[in-house]
Amino acid sequence: MTRTGFVIANLFRRRTRTILTLLSVIMAFLLFGLLQSVNSIFSSGADFVGATRLFVQARVSFTTSLPVSMVPKLEAIPGVARVAYQQWFGGVWQTNTPLIMFTLDPQRYHDVYPEWVMPDAQWQAFAHTRTGLIVGRQLAKQYGWKIGQKIPISSNIWPQKNGSKAWQFDLVGIFDGKDEDWQKRTNLAFIQSDYFDEANQFGIKGRTNFFILKLAPGANAEAISKTVDAMFENSPDETKTQTEKEFNMSFVKQIGDIGLIVRWILFAVFFTLLLVVGNTMAQSVRERIPELAVLKTLGFSDGSVLGFVLAEAFALVLCGGLVGMVLASLAGAMVEKGTGGQFLLSLTGWVWSLGIVAIVLMSLAVGLLPALRARRLKIVDALAGR
Amino acid sequence: MLRQALAITGISIRSVPERWAPSLVIVVGLAGVVAVFTALLAMAAGFESTLKATGRSDAVVILRGGSDAELNSAFDRESTDIIKQEPGIRPDADGKPLASAELMVIAELVRREDVRSGANITLRGVEPAAFVLRPHLTIIKGRNFTPGLRELIVGRGVLAQFQGADIGQTVRMRGSEWHVVGEFDSGDSHNSEMWTDINVARSTFGRSGSSSVLAALDGRDGLARLKSAVAADPRLSLDVLVERDYFSSQTRQFRRTIGVLASVVTVIMGLGAIFAALNSMYAAVAARGKEIATLRALGFGGLPVVVSVMIEALLLALAGAVLGALIAYVLFNNLSVSTLGQNFTQVVFSFKVTPELVVRGLVIAVVIGMVGGFLPALRAARLPVTVSLREQ
Repeated sequence: MTRTGFVIANLFRRRTRTILTLLSVIMAFLLFGLLQSVNSIFSSGADFVGATRLFVQARVSFTTSLPVSMVPKLEAIPGVARVAYQQWFGGVWQTNTPLIMFTLDPQRYHDVYPEWVMPDAQWQAFAHTRTGLIVGRQLAKQYGWKIGQKIPISSNIWPQKNGSKAWQFDLVGIFDGKDEDWQKRTNLAFIQSDYFDEANQFGIKGRTNFFILKLAPGANAEAISKTVDAMFENSPDETKTQTEKEFNMSFVKQIGDIGLIVRWILFAVFFTLLLVVGNTMAQSVRERIPELAVLKTLGFSDGSVLGFVLAEAFALVLCGGLVGMVLASLAGAMVEKGTGGQFLLSLTGWVWSLGIVAIVLMSLAVGLLPALRARRLKIVDALAGR
Repeated sequence: MLRQALAITGISIRSVPERWAPSLVIVVGLAGVVAVFTALLAMAAGFESTLKATGRSDAVVILRGGSDAELNSAFDRESTDIIKQEPGIRPDADGKPLASAELMVIAELVRREDVRSGANITLRGVEPAAFVLRPHLTIIKGRNFTPGLRELIVGRGVLAQFQGADIGQTVRMRGSEWHVVGEFDSGDSHNSEMWTDINVARSTFGRSGSSSVLAALDGRDGLARLKSAVAADPRLSLDVLVERDYFSSQTRQFRRTIGVLASVVTVIMGLGAIFAALNSMYAAVAARGKEIATLRALGFGGLPVVVSVMIEALLLALAGAVLGALIAYVLFNNLSVSTLGQNFTQVVFSFKVTPELVVRGLVIAVVIGMVGGFLPALRAARLPVTVSLREQ
């Protein structure tokens, strides 16, 4: 019998116990996979953007608008290559599905965000169609929108000149992201700020929530942020400038410390699991003390007896862990499909690697004490049942 | 039968300390499930109680039609004045309509434990009537703001969670300095706000009108009269919402999110705990195989054995649940946190571990204990007496 076979045979000497323990491990890792991927939705928001763009907002809050007339001043700062701006539209699809929708200058936005991939003809069409609308691939897929359609969207903030909040736009382009991270964020919609300025009832013209500065290669982001903020200090349009990454992070932080909640739950889950599997392992070693003594009598070293017990713990946690993570992947993919890609719960490589680390640590934690006990066994005492 | 069951249960409970490790697995497993369940729902309960405490049933919030939240709503000065003159609004002591035009803007403050990232805080510009309409709001430290001056009073929740707005400090907004002169407590969601004079807010933020009008209703038919008058007025397109309903409706989304999270986590953890409990009870039954067989040989029936094993599982599960609820209470009850609310600003609230939640936790424990005890109990009763007695 090979050593591997021996370990497996030992695992199944108490079949019910092994299966029940496996099921507990599976549940723990199913939860681990799902919660970690919820957590990564919220925390990874910042990981994928470089520090090459700066977000300029009103210091008091990004809901207070700034005048677009600041653009030339911003562009004159050395190190700033291009400036785009965008304003929240408060778009609502049908009765109450909010859309992440901004008004912007198409050409400037295109220059600052090369990460969005769309045929040139569609960028042109967007720049030249007053009522033009472009949307991300996910959003188009979710609602079955096709280029050329007229899309009715209302705004919960801005009525048109005639007092109606029901706007209508021509879908002229559908953009995608350059890689997986950006593709996941194609739930956005953009319209022309020129058209918005003309058509809104309040006569709001040339206002925006954000300026986005694209920096020249090698420019010092920190220094430029300070220059911008100093430039508008003591005016009604005081600014606060952060990197895109910082902005995304502080935005997520506003929802609350999701990571903290997830950590608390996982702590409870794994603490329990430690006890469950640890108890199983301790029990199975206790029951087998005479057998282990026989192994040692046959010439197996202390080290290999320790190895057997550790391998058993590892096999148990690994099988359960992998099955749990696979189940989490399936469940995540189902949620993602069921919500039309609104909730991106499928497990990323990052979550999988966290899972593997958890499996290794867990097997050591539950296996080490029983394994050490097995190693320390004195043959004479063990055989005598002392 | 009953006496037999009690006798066996007594024996088995007394032997629990000898089998403490597997018993502990059940207790800790259940404690984990119940603690997580209670803590998550205590968060939802706290959020709900904060918003539900806000608002009265005899006042209305008037917003521009279709704006859902104050943040999106805006009236010019003229509409604001027209609204206040509509019928159905109760007159105050001087015979003027008891209504407060309010301007809501957003300011940023930094969390106490943070360095730089700002969080959105509601800044509410109010008229004097605002204090009459919210009589439970009291200044607990310092004094009220002076109309016409750039002065702020700050809610208790804001002070607990965010820095830079303590009494005596100045907050910079739009190129000007605002002095914090007082702290107020309203016991509801206004505790997450900063208040100032509406006219000062208007001039600083370049807005002439208001975001909303809060008005007291005149008698039972006030709401109906106001609504029909507003609907008939071609100059206005408004949503008239009873203040209490307006705030209650804001809890729906949060409640649903936490509810889904709590049920998914509880179901998965609960399944894990059931498997662990099964494991432990099988072990317990195996360890007591000889003892049970002896009892059977002495003439004890099978059913009392089943009952005793079930009771042991239930008691262990309940002990775990009590422990879990206690952990949730000690760690989380009254813990103050904040999240983004409907108006895109922070709502400060505290976890509330309510008796109802504890009862629900106990029910979950009973269910898990029953399921975890049943199969092992059956096995215990079915063990052939002769085989068990001979076992080593």
